[in-house]
Amino acid sequence: MLEVSGLTVEYAATTKAGGESPVRAVDDVSFDVAAGEFVAIVGESGCGKSTLLFAVAQLLSPPAAITAGSVTFRGQDLVAMTDRRLAAIRWEKLSVVMQSAMNALNPVMSVGAQFADALRAHGMSSRKAIAARSAEVLRLVGIDAVHLKSFPHQLSGGMRQRAMIAMALLFTPDLVIMDEPTSALDVVAQRSLMTQIKELQREIGFAVIFVTHDMSLVSHYSDRLMVMYAGQVAEAGPTRRIFDNPLHPYSRGLLEAFPGIRGAKVPLQGIPGAPPDLSVIPNGCRFAPRCPAKMPECETTAPALLDRDGVDVRCLLYAPASAKTVPADNGPGEKPRERAQ
Amino acid sequence: MTGRFWRALARSPKATAGAILLVAFIVLALFPGLFAHDSPTAEAYARNLGPSGAHLFGTTGLGQDVFAQAVYGTRQVLEIAFGAGLASTVIAALIGVAAAYLGGFWDGALSLFTDVVLVIPLFPLLIVIAAYVHNSGTLVLIAVLTLTGWSYTARQLRSQALSLRNRDFLAAARVRGERAAYIIAVEILPTMSSLLVAAFLTNALYDVLFASSLQFIGLGDPNSVAWGTMLYWAQNNEALQTGYYLQAIVPGAAIALLGAAFALLNYAFDEVGNPALRPVRARRRSWLGAARRIRRLAGA
Amino acid sequence: MRYVLRRAGFFLLTLWAAVTLNFFLPRMMPGNPAIAMMGKFRGKIGGQELQALETIFGVGSGQSLPSQYVHYLGDIFTGNFGTSLFYFPSPVSQVVGTAVFWTLGLVGVTVILAFALGTGIGILSAWRRGGLTDSIAPPLLVITSAIPYFWVGMMFILIFGLKLQWLPWSGGMNLTDTPAWTPSFIGDVLEHALLPGLALLITTIGTWTLTMRNNMVTALAEDYVRMARAKGLRPHRIMLNYAARNAILPNLTGFAMSLGFVVSGAILIEYVFNYPGVGYMLLQAVENEDYPLMQALFLLITVAVLVAVLLADIATAIFDPRTRSSR
Repeated sequence: MLEVSGLTVEYAATTKAGGESPVRAVDDVSFDVAAGEFVAIVGESGCGKSTLLFAVAQLLSPPAAITAGSVTFRGQDLVAMTDRRLAAIRWEKLSVVMQSAMNALNPVMSVGAQFADALRAHGMSSRKAIAARSAEVLRLVGIDAVHLKSFPHQLSGGMRQRAMIAMALLFTPDLVIMDEPTSALDVVAQRSLMTQIKELQREIGFAVIFVTHDMSLVSHYSDRLMVMYAGQVAEAGPTRRIFDNPLHPYSRGLLEAFPGIRGAKVPLQGIPGAPPDLSVIPNGCRFAPRCPAKMPECETTAPALLDRDGVDVRCLLYAPASAKTVPADNGPGEKPRERAQ
Repeated sequence: MTGRFWRALARSPKATAGAILLVAFIVLALFPGLFAHDSPTAEAYARNLGPSGAHLFGTTGLGQDVFAQAVYGTRQVLEIAFGAGLASTVIAALIGVAAAYLGGFWDGALSLFTDVVLVIPLFPLLIVIAAYVHNSGTLVLIAVLTLTGWSYTARQLRSQALSLRNRDFLAAARVRGERAAYIIAVEILPTMSSLLVAAFLTNALYDVLFASSLQFIGLGDPNSVAWGTMLYWAQNNEALQTGYYLQAIVPGAAIALLGAAFALLNYAFDEVGNPALRPVRARRRSWLGAARRIRRLAGA
Repeated sequence: MRYVLRRAGFFLLTLWAAVTLNFFLPRMMPGNPAIAMMGKFRGKIGGQELQALETIFGVGSGQSLPSQYVHYLGDIFTGNFGTSLFYFPSPVSQVVGTAVFWTLGLVGVTVILAFALGTGIGILSAWRRGGLTDSIAPPLLVITSAIPYFWVGMMFILIFGLKLQWLPWSGGMNLTDTPAWTPSFIGDVLEHALLPGLALLITTIGTWTLTMRNNMVTALAEDYVRMARAKGLRPHRIMLNYAARNAILPNLTGFAMSLGFVVSGAILIEYVFNYPGVGYMLLQAVENEDYPLMQALFLLITVAVLVAVLLADIATAIFDPRTRSSR
């Protein structure tokens, strides 16, 4: 239903010399989402996952812009669409849930008015119909309809978040994109929200792209998982397979950073170091400086995304010895993508 | 302020323009004799002459050289701008930061005091004070402007200090056992340095305007060499009506230029400090399709 | 509601501060203008007028400072501002009355226009970042906000009044006319108000436009605007309902605070154009050392500004739901 292919997002930035040296926040990312699927995108802060999300939803603003690739949604390329045609798809087929409801909801409009806004923009004009639909979606998330008159600051954090999810479901879209919707909540509220999302998904049948930095959160809920690092896809595949056997050293490091609730007490392994500065794209693998399994060629050769039996992984550990990838090219341009079949 | 900040500032055309203007005026103030050959107060020439080689801007109704007056007048206005500007910024910083840092009752009291002073209309108050004092010279002007002008920037500095107050590095300093005065002076103020400079520039701008206005309506010292006073005499001599425009245009333009220098620098500081405000340069080359360009234009 | 009460309390407090300031200023000044004044007028005036002076300056009345203060407050409350020294024997309140009409007309209309235009240009300028409006307006306005008000007025007189002879540049009306609600008189008044009004408009519009633009830019970067885009709302709806509504709120209070500067501008413009308003009268009073009149005018201006601030606060309470909750 959704096909993202070779998507690249750059932030325009000027160098000291006055030239343009863009920062590539998202570098040649591709993935698919089937109807009803729950796809999780995981990574550290600054790895480009939120940017990727906004790029898919066509919500970027200057100086960020999509510079390459396509986003095909139900057969149409969203990137090439005019805003007017996009407006018809927005919210009806594709909606968004953001991280902080306090910031994402207009503080001077009542919750009901913000629901009505969206409904009216897509053709619903009868006040009764609007009220009925708004009350219905609120009921879905367990909020009483009387809160339609409330303002965002009058609701509790958890309620606000659920109201935002309710708003996203106004038109029972095919795809809901969620950007860390649970980060602002406490652990208990997080779990309950996740369960609710999963239930709604089962009831209504929409697909979800869920971005988070907390891998453990999605382990039980997502069908497929994509791990991002420094703007690139590090590993992608069915969730259980990645959890049971993480291929990329980064995924392994992420999983080992979370202690299991059962089993022996082991010292936590973090991942030392910090993500690279994307204004200076390094030669070779971007994870090399922090990688415990680093090999000499990792610093000079940038690994391509390879298919290991259904799981995509970008690591030289799995490169067939004979296939030599073209040396890394640090400027804008095409990066050769290899898929060893 | 980091080196990156200064570099960004140097690249801003507004900051460069403002800085050049300001430096030019400072040079004029420090070395007036280099530029003007006549004494500003000597009524040595024929009255109301037009511009000529001997008198670049003509002469006043009393036979003084307008150009010389303008050049020598720079000194007084800069004294006021820097004197009152610095003094009111210092007071604003003390009150604003203290209010933010001390919090609670003291914050409430100081903020209330600031708000009351702020709301009372400044210029009428200045007029009333100057009316009682008669013939305000430079020092009096500086004192009066300082005492009344600190409130606006005190509010700005207080809100900035408030946002800093709960940051970790301050908590660390408190835990180390540093005294409040130390924390304020060594930790908070340097972090706010760009805002302090911006506050100074705001105050300087308004001090220039208000001081000149007071002199213009005759509440300054009519014998002083100052741009505002020049305008006062021009108005008295009905310079516009009688056709001797330069007597009015020149000092006004000088005030406007100096004011513009401060305003440009201030605006540039604002932009560099808050990246969201920076000018968005339209993309010149684009490797996107035409459809995308149209879409972007239609979608703001 | 609590918010409005708090702002009303602030209003009263500041009013009291201004009145007290008025009381203490002449007594604090070096050279004691009070005594100089008394010496000048003693023998020329007597009875009630002398008493008014004594109330203001507290000289020669033999009362202690606190009781003078109480007396003074009482006078203010009952509207007794004394007798004008220059327009003797008219009471101050009567003299002031004539000027208020002119100033309300000029300043009132100009301020509303400047606010409306400034806000509009600010919104548009921020909405079309990088467009024509945004490249021209902010730098232009930065420069115009630095030009002294009176100089703009003088240049207007020079260009439009003297050189081009398009508009009258002195006074509020033709001095030979008698005021009447006839079209010709009204037209004459409007003609006389045009230049000073324009000068005032130009000088006050700058700050508002810039603040509104900056507020809009900040609002446009907020998540709820992105959310509005995601919902597929139409651009102008996003611009007005989501961005502008939030951007204008801090501007309302700023509007009130900048009134102090508008007042300064109005005083100077009236002076330059000999426009018979409150500001012009204040300056005349200063020149004539008509202290009762001067003090009354100062209080009047202060009260006007305070009322405007209070109105702006009430408007904020109405438009910003966050102030209404019992937080």
